[in-house]
Amino acid sequence: MQSDLLTDPLVLCIALPLLGAVLTTAVPRRAVLLGILMALATCASAITLAVLVWQYGSLRVLLGGWDPELAIGLRADGLAAALVLMANVVGLGISVYASGYYRDRERLGAFWPLWMLLWAALNGLFLAGDLFNLYVMLELIGITAAALGALTGSRDAIAANLRYLLVGLLGSISYLLGVALLYTAHGTLDLALVAEAIAASEALFAVDATALVLMVSGLALKAALFPLHFWLPPAHANAPAPVSAALSALVVKAAFYVILRLWLDLFAPVTGLAAAMFLGMLGAAAVIWGSWRALRAERLKLMAAYSTVAQIGYLFLFLPLLAATPPGPPRDNLLAALVLMAVTHGFAKSGFFLAVGLVQTNAGHDRIDDLGGTAQRLPATTFAIALAGSALIGLPPSGSFIGKWLLMQGAIESGQWWWVIVVTAGSLLAAAYVFRVLSRAFGLEPTPLRFITDARTEVPALLLALVSVAVLGLASGPLWTLLGLQAGGGA
Amino acid sequence: MSLELATLLPAAIVVSSLLPGVFIFLLSEENHWLRTVLNLFGALLKLVLVGVLIWGVYLGQVFETRVDIAPGLDLVLHADALSVLFVTLSTVLWLITTVYAIGYLEHSTNRSRFFGFFSLCVSATVGIALAGNLLTFVIFYEILTLATYPLVAHRGTPEATRGAKIYLAYTLSGGLLLLVGAVWLRTLTGPVDFVAGGVLSGMPADLHGELVIIFALLLAGLGVKAALVPLHSWLPQSMVAPAPVSSLLHAVAVVKAGAFGILRVVYDVYGVELASQLGLLAVLATLASFTIIYGSVLALTQDGLKKRLAFSTVSQVSYIALGASVLGPVATIGGMVHLVHQGIMKITLFFCAGNYAETLGVHKVSQMDGVGRRMPLTTLAFSVGALGMIGIPPIAGFVSKWYLGLGGVEAEQYWVLLVLAGSTLLNAGYFLPILYRAWFRPLPAEWPKEHHFNTRFETMGALLWPPVITAVFCLLAGLLAAAPFSPLEWARLIARREYGL
Repeated sequence: MQSDLLTDPLVLCIALPLLGAVLTTAVPRRAVLLGILMALATCASAITLAVLVWQYGSLRVLLGGWDPELAIGLRADGLAAALVLMANVVGLGISVYASGYYRDRERLGAFWPLWMLLWAALNGLFLAGDLFNLYVMLELIGITAAALGALTGSRDAIAANLRYLLVGLLGSISYLLGVALLYTAHGTLDLALVAEAIAASEALFAVDATALVLMVSGLALKAALFPLHFWLPPAHANAPAPVSAALSALVVKAAFYVILRLWLDLFAPVTGLAAAMFLGMLGAAAVIWGSWRALRAERLKLMAAYSTVAQIGYLFLFLPLLAATPPGPPRDNLLAALVLMAVTHGFAKSGFFLAVGLVQTNAGHDRIDDLGGTAQRLPATTFAIALAGSALIGLPPSGSFIGKWLLMQGAIESGQWWWVIVVTAGSLLAAAYVFRVLSRAFGLEPTPLRFITDARTEVPALLLALVSVAVLGLASGPLWTLLGLQAGGGA
Repeated sequence: MSLELATLLPAAIVVSSLLPGVFIFLLSEENHWLRTVLNLFGALLKLVLVGVLIWGVYLGQVFETRVDIAPGLDLVLHADALSVLFVTLSTVLWLITTVYAIGYLEHSTNRSRFFGFFSLCVSATVGIALAGNLLTFVIFYEILTLATYPLVAHRGTPEATRGAKIYLAYTLSGGLLLLVGAVWLRTLTGPVDFVAGGVLSGMPADLHGELVIIFALLLAGLGVKAALVPLHSWLPQSMVAPAPVSSLLHAVAVVKAGAFGILRVVYDVYGVELASQLGLLAVLATLASFTIIYGSVLALTQDGLKKRLAFSTVSQVSYIALGASVLGPVATIGGMVHLVHQGIMKITLFFCAGNYAETLGVHKVSQMDGVGRRMPLTTLAFSVGALGMIGIPPIAGFVSKWYLGLGGVEAEQYWVLLVLAGSTLLNAGYFLPILYRAWFRPLPAEWPKEHHFNTRFETMGALLWPPVITAVFCLLAGLLAAAPFSPLEWARLIARREYGL
């Protein structure tokens, strides 16, 4: 049993980056090499995990040999596997990019251990099988993310990340209160067991509902759902480029993942259409407000950060539709579209931030109005921004185009047509802010000599953006299989 | 023919320009020869593949590539007679335009970017032509918007950036309306495949209200690219683009994609009978007629040669919609055949306009005195295109107008004749003065900005021969209209299949 544990991909996904954190701390002179090696190994185990889930449906492992009520359990179903796969491929891209991005040894020494720790915590969160484990991973993510964000050492960055840290703690405490309530009421922390208990005990509705409110509002703070998004733009915009990419693409998504888990698996008997509609409204406000602020932003990274606020909003639009659609192929399509949009945004936004980092390094600033020449000097980077941008708008053939198509289809089918207006308006605003940047790419400056100028940083950005556009948009079918959904027609 | 060929050919036609395009992006700027080889290789390969396709479709074979994007969402490339018409047009004209563009941009900057997007643009266009359902059509329609934007902005001047921005604002908004319409229609019917005769005729009567609104959404989305008034303003603004791009916008790709989409929606989604029954054809007819007259009137007032041609496009493209809006096979033939005829005539005119600008620096009609003596071959080609637009036999434009008029008579809608007569007078009003100036006015003492190319002809070969070739096409399409595989005969084949005759 113990020897099996060491080779179990569930365990490896968390243990390998942890080992990476230890190694890069112990041997800072070789941090880049060790970091890249561990990143490759982690990514490989994540792919193995996804393949196993694809074959067997779900995986589960108990650490320490305790009973399920008390043990630390890890589990992976289709949803977890999809997000782990996305996070680890993006993580690998960020790692390769970081090896070329950081030039000075001091920053580099601080980056790798923290990044590896964050990576371990992310995988731990996606694979956690109990409520307390989720809490620990949330805390670990919050602390490492804030530390990474402050790495530039500038005054703005430290102020923004201190706020980020405090907001994160507040969110975690709110979540922990909810966990305490549930544990008192039901006597277990295991996700599956709590779900059974909640479904069985209608008498405890008030307690469960309170726990739901506490946990979801704490997590919504971490996921930066409007109007709790205030901390995100400064924190994401002032971090170094690889960190911004990780924060926007992965960390925010982690909090959303927990909300989704709780909403669909745990609290299904407690959540009603009204509650879902409320979150949907907040999501709609996030789409409009985030896109509008992105359009008005003067700096490229701030624009990207506000775009994240908007993109998180889209994910919440699915909740009222899921609530109103009875189980069957249409609901499965909605669920898959939700995951598809989250995954596409992960790839697109990481590619976007990585590319923006190169623009910033090259130009020495990221003021959108003055970027003309820079965009022309860096064709591959500009391309990455364009590809990622079209995924953010939701233009075909990106994954978010398919996501939005199914979202609108679900909205019309369930009679909630007003979300169509939100999606349309959001897409138009997104097109406006993306092309506000891209129109700077055409100028009278001399022709660049070659397409790629620095392969180690430009290729990861370009590939991540390309995945969001070409791979996810044209072959999203396997996602249905991975999620274990019945491939149903649209009828 | 083998099964593999039948499923792979449509995809191969799209990929044959997509892959060279991707490689061209990666080429360094000074790699002129490899870029030219890739461009021509893609264009010729596509031409050969399309030749195979034409022969197969003529024999009634089914070519279909079907890729599962997600459950219930298929990417379908399907070749029917109508798609072959558009595919052939864009493939042939692309080859010619590529040659022209290589000559035109000889010493300009950012050529790898230009030809990369140029290839993407044509890939998207043949994707539109071969789209077998509404989802696929929407996907390629949006890709076309994206691929064209960098071409319009290519020059990088403030006017170019502004023109591109206006182009994008119009087409992306239109694209969203099209998307909403397509999604809505799909919730009513399931996957919307294009089928000759339409797929909606069996819909219950209580859904007809929704179908009318959906038609309005689709038409608004398609009307932007087809430059239906009042959605046409982007077209004259994007005149700032280089001449090969104007040809692409006006004859090969963008405007055609909109008009082609209207044909698809009327004939293969709604079905012409249902569209007529719901009163949709009357709406389309009003819009098209108004656009035809309005575009021509505005063209009269333009002094800029390319602007005049742009407004002429606004007017001429609506002939296609006009043909679709009159019930009956003869009008259908007129509309369909004009898809090709307008393309070859308008591309001739734009090539010539580009030649005048490149060789003599002539951009305005008022500067064109005596150009016929300085550049006789170019001006001869221009004259063929212009007279064809007016509808003088035996040039292609006459055939279109003849069938449109006959179709109006057949359907007892005599106002079509009025529209055609009015438009023909206006066409003559804005083209004949140009021809008079070009041939009969004396040469000026000095041209605005004359270039001397190292050649015994009036201008560089790569610029001269494309308009001459397309002008010959205009003549042949008119003279040999009754020959097999002429555009007219092919349009007859489509009409027979649409009306089940």
